[in-house]
Amino acid sequence: MSFLSGLFQKKSSAPVARDRLQILLAHERTSVGDGKSDLLIQLQKEIMEVIRRHVSVDQDKVQVKLDRGASCSMLEIDIEVPGLTDGKSASAGKAVEKPDM
Amino acid sequence: MAQVLVVTSGKGGVGKTTTTAALGAALAKTGKSVVVVDFDVGLRNLDLVMGAERRVVFDLVNVIQGDAKLAQALIRDKRLENLSLLPASQTRDKDALTAEGVAKVMAELKEKFDWVVCDSPAGIERGAQLAMSHADQAVIVTNPEVSSVRDSDRIIGMLDSTTEKAKAGEKMPKHLLLTRYDPARAARGEMLSVDDVLEILSIPLIGIIPESQEVLTASNVGAPVTLAAPDSPPARAYIEAARRLTGEKIDVTVPTEKKGLFDWLFKRGAA
Repeated sequence: MSFLSGLFQKKSSAPVARDRLQILLAHERTSVGDGKSDLLIQLQKEIMEVIRRHVSVDQDKVQVKLDRGASCSMLEIDIEVPGLTDGKSASAGKAVEKPDM
Repeated sequence: MAQVLVVTSGKGGVGKTTTTAALGAALAKTGKSVVVVDFDVGLRNLDLVMGAERRVVFDLVNVIQGDAKLAQALIRDKRLENLSLLPASQTRDKDALTAEGVAKVMAELKEKFDWVVCDSPAGIERGAQLAMSHADQAVIVTNPEVSSVRDSDRIIGMLDSTTEKAKAGEKMPKHLLLTRYDPARAARGEMLSVDDVLEILSIPLIGIIPESQEVLTASNVGAPVTLAAPDSPPARAYIEAARRLTGEKIDVTVPTEKKGLFDWLFKRGAA
């Protein structure tokens, strides 16, 4: 089997397609369609709401990165907060989700 | 009791219209009375694939709006007398189809025919929802390709939530029809295999239609492939799929050109 997979490694794009689909659909099935929103998107929205309650945030200074994995997903929110005490204008929040769905 | 079948996919260009025509004709050949209904309002094409484009006078929207009787809009196939077509209109008004109007027409069709085969438009909008709303069962046409599989998954979700059957708390039987399949490429790992797609979508397989030039040839001349080239691999696959729809138990294989050794080599069981 390993001999075979070694032989065909370069050409076998189908397993890649299958794995990508499985990860994607695992997320979409829990979020799209039935009205429930994606947990990570929900988290991002609520985190932003909390921060906005305390400081005014420039939308252009917010970076959101999302990486959906099979067993672990990562939500990274990077917000520039102006006028904090140390003069540096950075604050980062990271949320890592271990989905048990 | 009439059976309403929706042929759907989410993604466009995967073979819904080809499949509707081919399955409709194959079902009609078993002796049942069949109507194929085009729900793709604005972009009708089932008339063209069936070879009836020059005979369209009235359409589904005319019937719904009361401008024509159902019997006036139905076009009887010239090859099979128990096969009829209800064409879609060319109007661009997306609201031309109403839920009540569709319900009324479907009820009338169910009285006249054994099988009502609905050709869904692509997408997940109103037209696609109306096409599936009265279905008793669904054929999901899927290409072994990532975007098609993803869209099929969405459509399966819709079939289980937005249809009349789903709203009544009943289960919607769903069948996967894999089209444009190339067994050789799948064997080399270049294409999602039957097992890959079945594992991902987890609905039962009704047939595998091999990639074939016969499909284009048939649409060129305006005939369902099951009538234009009944012995060709895609036609045999469609004919078997239609028999499975009527309840026959036949193993799913990929029909190939009848050429001895290759026939044997590429024949594979699935599901």
